[in-house]
Amino acid sequence: MSDAAHAHDDHGHHAHPTGIMRWLTTTNHKDIGSLYLWFSLIMLFTAGSMALLIRSELFEPGMQLMHPDFFNQLTTMHGLIMIFGVIMPAFTGFANWQVPLMIGAPDMAFPRMNNWSFWLLPVAGIMLLGSFWLPGGAVAGGWTMYPPLFIQGGVSYDLTILAIHIMGLSSIMGSINIITTILNMRAPGLTLMKMPMFVWTWLITAYLLIATMPVLAGAVTMLLTDRNFGTHFFNAAGGGDPVMFQHIFWFFGHPEVYILILPAFGIISQIIPTFSRKPLFGYASMVYATASIAILSFTVWAHHMFAVGMPVAAQLFFMFSTMLIAVPTGVKVFNWVATMWKGSLTFETPMLFAIAFVCLFTIGGFSGLVLAMAPVDIQLQDTYYVVAHFHYVLVSGALFSIFAGIYYWLPKWTGHMYNETLGKTHFWLSVIGMNIVFFPMHFLGLAGMPRRIPDYALQFTEFNQIATVGAFIFGFSQLIFLVLVLKTIKGGAKASDQVWEGAQGLEWTVPSPAPYHTFETAPVVK
Amino acid sequence: MPTGKSNTLTKLIVVALGMFGFGFALVPFYYKICEVTGINSGDEQSLVKNTQVDTSRWVTIEFDANTNEGLPWQFKTMQRSIKVHPGQLVQVEYEAANNSDHAIVGQAVPSYGPARAGAFFRKIECFCFTPQKLAAGERRQMPVLFVLDPSMDKDLHTVTLSYTFFNTDPKAQTATLPEKVPHG
Repeated sequence: MSDAAHAHDDHGHHAHPTGIMRWLTTTNHKDIGSLYLWFSLIMLFTAGSMALLIRSELFEPGMQLMHPDFFNQLTTMHGLIMIFGVIMPAFTGFANWQVPLMIGAPDMAFPRMNNWSFWLLPVAGIMLLGSFWLPGGAVAGGWTMYPPLFIQGGVSYDLTILAIHIMGLSSIMGSINIITTILNMRAPGLTLMKMPMFVWTWLITAYLLIATMPVLAGAVTMLLTDRNFGTHFFNAAGGGDPVMFQHIFWFFGHPEVYILILPAFGIISQIIPTFSRKPLFGYASMVYATASIAILSFTVWAHHMFAVGMPVAAQLFFMFSTMLIAVPTGVKVFNWVATMWKGSLTFETPMLFAIAFVCLFTIGGFSGLVLAMAPVDIQLQDTYYVVAHFHYVLVSGALFSIFAGIYYWLPKWTGHMYNETLGKTHFWLSVIGMNIVFFPMHFLGLAGMPRRIPDYALQFTEFNQIATVGAFIFGFSQLIFLVLVLKTIKGGAKASDQVWEGAQGLEWTVPSPAPYHTFETAPVVK
Repeated sequence: MPTGKSNTLTKLIVVALGMFGFGFALVPFYYKICEVTGINSGDEQSLVKNTQVDTSRWVTIEFDANTNEGLPWQFKTMQRSIKVHPGQLVQVEYEAANNSDHAIVGQAVPSYGPARAGAFFRKIECFCFTPQKLAAGERRQMPVLFVLDPSMDKDLHTVTLSYTFFNTDPKAQTATLPEKVPHG
């Protein structure tokens, strides 16, 4: 491992830059992992505050707090930031911290590129958030960026498109790094089919990112040239077709949905065996299920656009291919349940979040199946039912898996055990709050309340008020999480190397906290 | 190991660039799919299909052009005859040229053969609707846009549309211009 020796020379024998320069110039996978996770947490509170503003306006029918255009800006930015600024960076942070530790590599394959991958993100974040102060305010056309609205907006639309380009570049570089690390730097003896599930899911996710992020970059480039350079890809006045944007966007957008959830599957597949004290049930089927989901995700995009006027044959194709994805997803859910079956379970906070994930993600999956039915979707398209569906898979799915992963690995990262009481309080408030916000939205959607509106008909008032109360419980309970993380970094009970009784894998063989440099000599896996 | 890494890096960069190109390739691909399957065809969607065309029969229309003696113009039709379905939108051209050394205002008057066919010509635009002023030596092409009413008698297989140009200056006339110009 000449790389490792070289890396050691760079960092071990020269003085570290200190202060801000340490973080700006760092090429250490653990530093960069932490940066990603902090960025994600800050963005979570930013976009979460927007959600609370949205819910406040929706507490009563009529316009109370804000101009409708500002409301539209909030829903658009909430979506964009939660997806590109919270969920994706958090998973990349986990990958940076954990992939080298789990495969016995000294660092990521391209540490300098890794530094760039992260530091592009705050640039994009500033461009997005800064656009609130530009003439006309931030983008208000919805996170899906559909033309013609997105061709018509002001300068912040151009800025957002460029921010998407930068975030896409960051994701592609990060994915190249992760794939190269996994394919080339595994410890001797660690064959592909012995890799931890988290590494597997990230390998497949990274391939999805490399295949779809450039397509998104192409789509927004076309928007940009339509806006500024007189092309007519999507401009109907010039012979273009706005529906084509939807096709190209969702060709990226549906695999993106799995980019947001496959790493979550990986984290849950690490946690459930640990606290069941049993190996993961059906490891090989988990790998194949993950790969099938990834491949199928390229064949279902038009189920997002059943209402555009597709021929029946196309509706049937996309309806059935969508339902087909339920099969490998079902394999995963049953495997998690089977892992817990007859295990000796304990319910520490990571396990609680993992179990909540399995239950609530499944609810989100089922409402997804309802929406997959083309005739039903015509009714539910763009209603709160859709909002309920994707918040169940993204909040109680992706976000809960991130919480679970933080609780699970935080002792390894900081060397301290977190406060279990505080953790459980955070869990129960989150899971209850989350259900109070999003469960009534199913009923609102079935009753016909459209999404993305600042005002609504009187009969929707009660459920909206319940949802708003839940949103404040859910939102403010995240402050407990912030306090818990800060307290754990500062101090707490000393964590052992293995941390959890049932934990298996290379990351638990290094000391807690994990030293700055690990696996400079590769471990041997039998 | 470094060779393995840079090898993977190269391949992945190629894939990423290829997928960027693929995004743009989706544009012609999309239109091709729509064309082959007949989905979302811009023409069919934007123009309502004309169900008034009687495609079961053909009618031959012959065109004829004359000038009255008092008008020193050359007037001709650009096409001798065409075959159309009743109900179909038809556009034909006539050409007039003023051979004199001064500007003259002329008025075209239509006639039909057989006369009962005239009732089925539905003209949308015609140079006969207004007087035409031609400068000395000027040559001009002028359109007639019309539809043959699909209810036209089935026994009419050939009809003739004829125009005669008259000089609007009363002193130049050798024949009387009708008091009321028929706009039929």
